[in-house]
Amino acid sequence: MKKKLLASLLSVAMVSSLLVGCGGGSADGGAAADSGAAAEDGAAADDGAAADDGAAAEDGAAAEEEAQAVTTVGDPNGTHLECWSFVEAHNTFYAKMVDKWNEANPDRTIEVTFTTYPYESNHTKLLTSLQAGTGAPDICDVEMGQVPNVYEGLDTWLYPLDDAMAPYAADMLTSRLDAYKGSDGKQYGAPFHVGATVQYYNMAVLEEAGITQADVDAVVTWDDWAALGEKYLDAIGRPEGKYWTSVDTGGVDWQWIAMAEYGEDWTGGSADATANVQLDSVKKMLTMEQEWVNSGLAEVSPDGHVDLEAGFQNILDHNIVSFPKAMWYMSRFINYMPEEKGNWYIAKCPVFEEGQNCSVGIGGTGTVVTAQSVDPALAADFLCYAKMSPEGETMIWEDLGFDVCNTSLWSDDSFAHDESNQYNTFFRNYPYDVLNEIKDQIGVVMTTPISPTINEQMCNVTLNDILENGMDVDEALQAAQDIVALEQ
Amino acid sequence: MKIKKFFYSQKAAPYVFVIPFILSFLFFWVYPLCSTVVMSFQDIGPATSEWIGIKNYSKLLRDPTFRTAIANSFEYMLGTLILLIPFPMLFAVLMDSRLVKAKGFWKACLYLPALTSVVISGTLFRLMFSEYPTGQMNVITSALGLGTFKWLKMKSTGLGALLVTACWRWTGVNMLYFLSGLKGIDTALYESAEIDGANSWQKFRYVTIPLIKPTTIYVLTISVYAGLAMFMESFMLWAGPASPNNIGLTIVGYLYNRGIQKNDLGYGSAIGLVLLVIALIINIIQLVANGTFKKEER
Repeated sequence: MKKKLLASLLSVAMVSSLLVGCGGGSADGGAAADSGAAAEDGAAADDGAAADDGAAAEDGAAAEEEAQAVTTVGDPNGTHLECWSFVEAHNTFYAKMVDKWNEANPDRTIEVTFTTYPYESNHTKLLTSLQAGTGAPDICDVEMGQVPNVYEGLDTWLYPLDDAMAPYAADMLTSRLDAYKGSDGKQYGAPFHVGATVQYYNMAVLEEAGITQADVDAVVTWDDWAALGEKYLDAIGRPEGKYWTSVDTGGVDWQWIAMAEYGEDWTGGSADATANVQLDSVKKMLTMEQEWVNSGLAEVSPDGHVDLEAGFQNILDHNIVSFPKAMWYMSRFINYMPEEKGNWYIAKCPVFEEGQNCSVGIGGTGTVVTAQSVDPALAADFLCYAKMSPEGETMIWEDLGFDVCNTSLWSDDSFAHDESNQYNTFFRNYPYDVLNEIKDQIGVVMTTPISPTINEQMCNVTLNDILENGMDVDEALQAAQDIVALEQ
Repeated sequence: MKIKKFFYSQKAAPYVFVIPFILSFLFFWVYPLCSTVVMSFQDIGPATSEWIGIKNYSKLLRDPTFRTAIANSFEYMLGTLILLIPFPMLFAVLMDSRLVKAKGFWKACLYLPALTSVVISGTLFRLMFSEYPTGQMNVITSALGLGTFKWLKMKSTGLGALLVTACWRWTGVNMLYFLSGLKGIDTALYESAEIDGANSWQKFRYVTIPLIKPTTIYVLTISVYAGLAMFMESFMLWAGPASPNNIGLTIVGYLYNRGIQKNDLGYGSAIGLVLLVIALIINIIQLVANGTFKKEER
């Protein structure tokens, strides 16, 4: 009898191992099956694109590998929600807001499980689950560059936030809210910040070279700015490896600033407009950047842009002393370059011609509530409370260091000049003073379904061709336009 | 009793044993393949799928990025064929000869990289080929007085880095295939060749190579496919599917970019099918030319 039992057990084992074996290897056998399995590992485990904000995140020139972290916070008896993000700091912030929400709303308490995925996984998992109609979280962070993909499903995928944000909408910067509207005009995403671009200057190094804050304040146009750079390089004797600035091949921030200054938009401004990358503003900026690289005023950012480890190191080594970047870049100073405390000064970006807009909102996270949520109305109320209420915005400024979208706070002294805030003390001036100054000069470049294609072509090919390989600007832009036209 | 009879029946048992394979084959292979064919003619939207005929394919024909991807995959495949067939064969012959001491050790050394995750090895190679003066390859080239290079920004060095990664990883695996082929050759053949006065080269040329042909064909077939379908190595080397001037873009990398990242599964399906057709055509030509389908060969 025992033998029979053994025999039948063996055959069961054999049959099941066959089944398992086939599942993995039926595709192509041998080495190919092996690499298939590895591909699966990779997609799930890796590629943390560090850049949480910025159009540059698109290019996936990832820096750090972020470990997946799961935490559950809140009232165990409350409604259970799931929340995904690609930045751990965002989840930490939401977790604090859960406690505040539960205190303020004892009859609608929640418990939230937070999961932090790498950039790539966060968005592919969300898209796949939305498409499949099951498995999506209640709340999910969506980076600006991914917004067109995720918002494609409109209200079949997502829950509109219009009702939930009504109490706060009046104080919010409209242009920012508009960036996260669906093509049906409904609000699907809640913003973290304006992402206004400003010019960062390493005043400590500039002063050693005899350049004062008054000189920096006197800069109006890009020509003024480049002249100041020449003055700085002359003063330090033009040593090898030292530059005034670094231009990006892995991000389109500079082109965005140029477009905002001339009031142009390469997407055409809406989903059904015709995209055109051969804009005067873009040509002028690229021609200027190419000249700077050739004259030794600028270098090409190591690894593509400044929001990467190589960029931080470049700044720490004082290889570059001035560059434009969105205000959220302040948190990079706090987190990655604490040695630079007290050295940096924030000012308006230069313009091409006096009187132009001098800033543009870049990057951002439009957090969404999915239609699959167990209680979408509750999730939306919590989300808008966390990201739009004065309590939430104060904490965003304190913890994350973002330029918040609730404009009523910008001129509030206890908020903007709070000496206990690490961002207020890190820089030589108050960041919100600069923001108030440029309040009405923040332009908009839309993110539409064609945006990922434009960004990809720029970051992979065009900017490399122009800045690294010295290709003619018109020729490179024509090639880019051909690719973009193919997609429309 | 009936069940026992059923299992012991010589007619039924074979079917019972093949059923799991057939089922999983149908479910995990035939169904996805058919559905890919259907999807490649559709525009897959969030809620609905629209039939758009051959639009995906006509767009593919006009897409210069796709041509770059195909060219890259072909160059990589040819490179791996040139490097990953002769050298592993040579190593296998060495391992099989009396010239090498401590064979187990060398075999283990060569095979070890295949056990490492591509994610880890790709990241390490990325750091080694970094453009900074502190990157390992730049340290070596500067020591040799050649200066530093932006390895992963230029076409030639980028492809070189991919091939180095591939050789590091697959040499040991292919060597094992050849070793098992060599074990199947009757030593009497070598002895009779020696009696006939053949030297080492002649023995290799006229005994080893013809008799190892089935293994060579097998390795060639899977290498053609693996080369064309390469994705992970490039994904890890450039930390994502994007690379400067698309020098590291492969067919599967483009499929991932279109199908998953840009959420256009219809276009992605068309890319996947083109890859399948290309790999099939090359392999069928190659197998026919090698005479695999002739009955006498085996």
